[in-house]
Amino acid sequence: MSTGDYTKELSVIEGKPLLRDLDELISKPLETKPDKKFYIALSITLSMLGMLVIGLGLTFYYGIGMWGNNNPVGWAFGIVNFVFWVGIGHAGTLISAILFLFRQKWRTGIARFAEGMTIFAVFTAGLFPLIHVGRPWLGGYLFPYPNQHSLWVNFTSPLLWDVFAVSTYLTVSLIFWYVGLIPDLAILREKATSKIKKVIYSTFSLGWRFSNRHWQNYEMVYLILAGFATPLVLSVHTIVSFDFAVSIIPGWHTTIFPPYFVAGAVFSGFAMVQNVLIIVRKIFNYEHIITIDTLEKMNKIMLLTGSMVGYGYAMELFISWYSGVEAEQFTFLNRALGPYAWAYWTMITCNVISPQLFWFKKIRRAVPVMFVIAIFVNIGMWFERFVIIVTSLSRDFLPSSWAHFTPTYVDVMILIGSFGFFFTWILLFTKALPVVSMVEVKAVVDGAQPTHKEH
Amino acid sequence: MMSEKILYSLNAIFDTPDEISHAAEKIAEKGYKKFDVHTPYPVHGMDDAMRLAPSKLGYVALIFGLSGTLGALLSLWWVSAIDYPIVIGGKPLFSFPAYIPVMFEVTVLSASIATVLAMLFVFFKFPNNSHPLHGTGYMKKVSSDKYGISIQADDPKFNEEEIRKLFESLHASEIDLIFWDNEELNHKNKILEPKFLLFLLAAAVITSGTAYFSLNKLMFMVPFNWMMEQQKQNAQQKSLIFDDGFGMRQPVAGTVARGYMPYEFKGQPDLAGEKLVNPVPISKESLKIGQQKYDTFCSPCHGYHAEGDSRLRGQYPNPPTLHSDKVRKWSDGRIFAVLTDGQNIMPSYSTQLTVDEKWAVINYVRALQRALNAKESDLQ
Ligand code: HEC
Repeated sequence: MSTGDYTKELSVIEGKPLLRDLDELISKPLETKPDKKFYIALSITLSMLGMLVIGLGLTFYYGIGMWGNNNPVGWAFGIVNFVFWVGIGHAGTLISAILFLFRQKWRTGIARFAEGMTIFAVFTAGLFPLIHVGRPWLGGYLFPYPNQHSLWVNFTSPLLWDVFAVSTYLTVSLIFWYVGLIPDLAILREKATSKIKKVIYSTFSLGWRFSNRHWQNYEMVYLILAGFATPLVLSVHTIVSFDFAVSIIPGWHTTIFPPYFVAGAVFSGFAMVQNVLIIVRKIFNYEHIITIDTLEKMNKIMLLTGSMVGYGYAMELFISWYSGVEAEQFTFLNRALGPYAWAYWTMITCNVISPQLFWFKKIRRAVPVMFVIAIFVNIGMWFERFVIIVTSLSRDFLPSSWAHFTPTYVDVMILIGSFGFFFTWILLFTKALPVVSMVEVKAVVDGAQPTHKEH
Repeated sequence: MMSEKILYSLNAIFDTPDEISHAAEKIAEKGYKKFDVHTPYPVHGMDDAMRLAPSKLGYVALIFGLSGTLGALLSLWWVSAIDYPIVIGGKPLFSFPAYIPVMFEVTVLSASIATVLAMLFVFFKFPNNSHPLHGTGYMKKVSSDKYGISIQADDPKFNEEEIRKLFESLHASEIDLIFWDNEELNHKNKILEPKFLLFLLAAAVITSGTAYFSLNKLMFMVPFNWMMEQQKQNAQQKSLIFDDGFGMRQPVAGTVARGYMPYEFKGQPDLAGEKLVNPVPISKESLKIGQQKYDTFCSPCHGYHAEGDSRLRGQYPNPPTLHSDKVRKWSDGRIFAVLTDGQNIMPSYSTQLTVDEKWAVINYVRALQRALNAKESDLQ
């Protein structure tokens, strides 16, 4: 692998598996009964989900007062979690759309899974703005529709842009995902033996018949969707960052936010994909589909985006000093040395220092090490949002209105519960749908494409 | 009932991508039109081999994307500058830069949805699970690891023997005939099946029931009603706190509300007519306010043109015209006295109109007077 001909493309799938065996391997989890490990995992995530249900029940019954939010820290865990989970989603679209446009074939093994994660992460993220309004059953007013009050939403507000960005993102991701699934569902339809499965797969594969007249349009649509999803994913976290950057709170009001938020989102998203994939490839024996090479490439992207995030932190510090604005300077000193210094330094260690280990090839290819680093990155990125939101709000311009934020048990329950919600979806997904795209993987196996011959 | 099976196509299976590409090329070359290649995944170069025209879906994306952009721009403009013009954050009513994010999202949303729907339902005519190729061994093979070609029987050049020979010369590993399924051909979709009607009925009952329950009952139950019953004093409510039992409080003695300066000439209309000067200049704005207030408060009795043509149909003594010499000669201050104190059976308008509004009404009455008694010189 290390020597020789660089013009020849490396194969992305190890060995030269038979196409039929790939079908078998990938659809195996769907055709076998879940084993004990699955039920243990599911019971854990369901217990966590239970905490979410209780936390939300308390919140809805007694109100937002159950949270640690106060005045001036009106946004705390709720919005931290929102930004965190939206960010997690970004890796999926990056893998499925941006890497597709760059013709990175190694994405085929992980794209389906990452897209699934995008959708579940956006589900999870979407919970938070809704519960943050306190009375989520009135959330319909977020959308502009002609109503009996003859009121309209404020189209110049970043919060409203968020509504559009996140709901568009969810819809387009779902469409993209479903379009990718149609041929796979048709494969499952052909393999299905029980009548009920056959009916379900026939319904959802819509009668796909592998026709090349269809493949031609299908590939076109895939390209178009990728072309739209790419600017879309960039716009989503840009708009999320506008929620902060458009305001005048010190530490928020900066133009670096959009690129730095997008880089952070990709960073944390890749870390989450890495964590989950390492487990999945182990459990389902996908080691030759999701290869070490693929994992290494993902580590390289984490190194890149992690360094961009580190640059963002440095630039924030520099600009606050260089701007000469007292409130800005204070905010950053306060972040590093104030009451939340522990959070700031957790963030720096996890986000800036730990990914730098990926400069070493040995570490990039060592599965246990990268698993731990990816967890660190997730922790760090959660704290990044915490630092940005809570430190800025708790001490803004007017010292008389400063207040400290301490989370309550309900805050913590909802945070843990959001992980339960996300991972329950993931677990059900691994048993309900092929977690690797059979069609895409088959297309990149050695020998799957005609040899180029001169005419 | 048809007993003979109708032929759909003649199919061949190939084992390698090279063979299928070659075969597709040859068949396109021979001039067959109604044929198709079936492969488990898109095979590179197949579109050229089959001589397919480029996909038109790009145009769908373009058209729906652009209409999304334009539609978003127009509706944002209409909502924020026309229908609900409210200045927020000092931004202009039509603030284009702030519309860009929403316009972008709507563009992406409409283009993506439209392209996918067009592909599935217009281009492919899906869902179609009754195609003759479904449920065949051929479909099983091409879905997994084989490559197939099918030439339809309704191709003008279709000739079974010839095509069989062609397939054999191209090294097909299997050759097969596929027929239409008679049962599917004779099947008629009945919309008015009792099962379906029952399903519709159930869906209607359930949705209207839930909607009724949640909007009219649920929202008035605990905890949804907690914001409706708040521990606070509402206007007009009885209060236990104050001795007089009123929830609302009187202003502190001597308080003067904005726009309601006390009137010094109570009961002295002639003195008012001498002393008071109309401070409100005659302008488009003040006349507009005057007209609005006049039409609201004065016109029921005095008529829209102040001719005393009341709309009260005798339920109230008809008031005099305001075009009388008397009123036209009165000073603004004298009319002001009428509006403030009332005159005989005409009540005071002090609680309905602020001081400035009264002056604006008087300006408007002057305009009416002048309009009805125009002089030659007014025409210039
Ligand atoms: C409820 C019916 C009613 C309304 C409403 C009303 N008026 Fe009168 N107004 C009268 C009557 C009746 C008289 C005659 C009173 C009298 O007998 O001296 C009168 C008299 C007057 C006079 C004196 C005319 C004169 O010849 O002595 C003026 C000026 C006048 N109104 C102006 C107004 C203006 C301006 C308004 C609107 C703010 C108004 N009125 C609203 C019923 C009304």
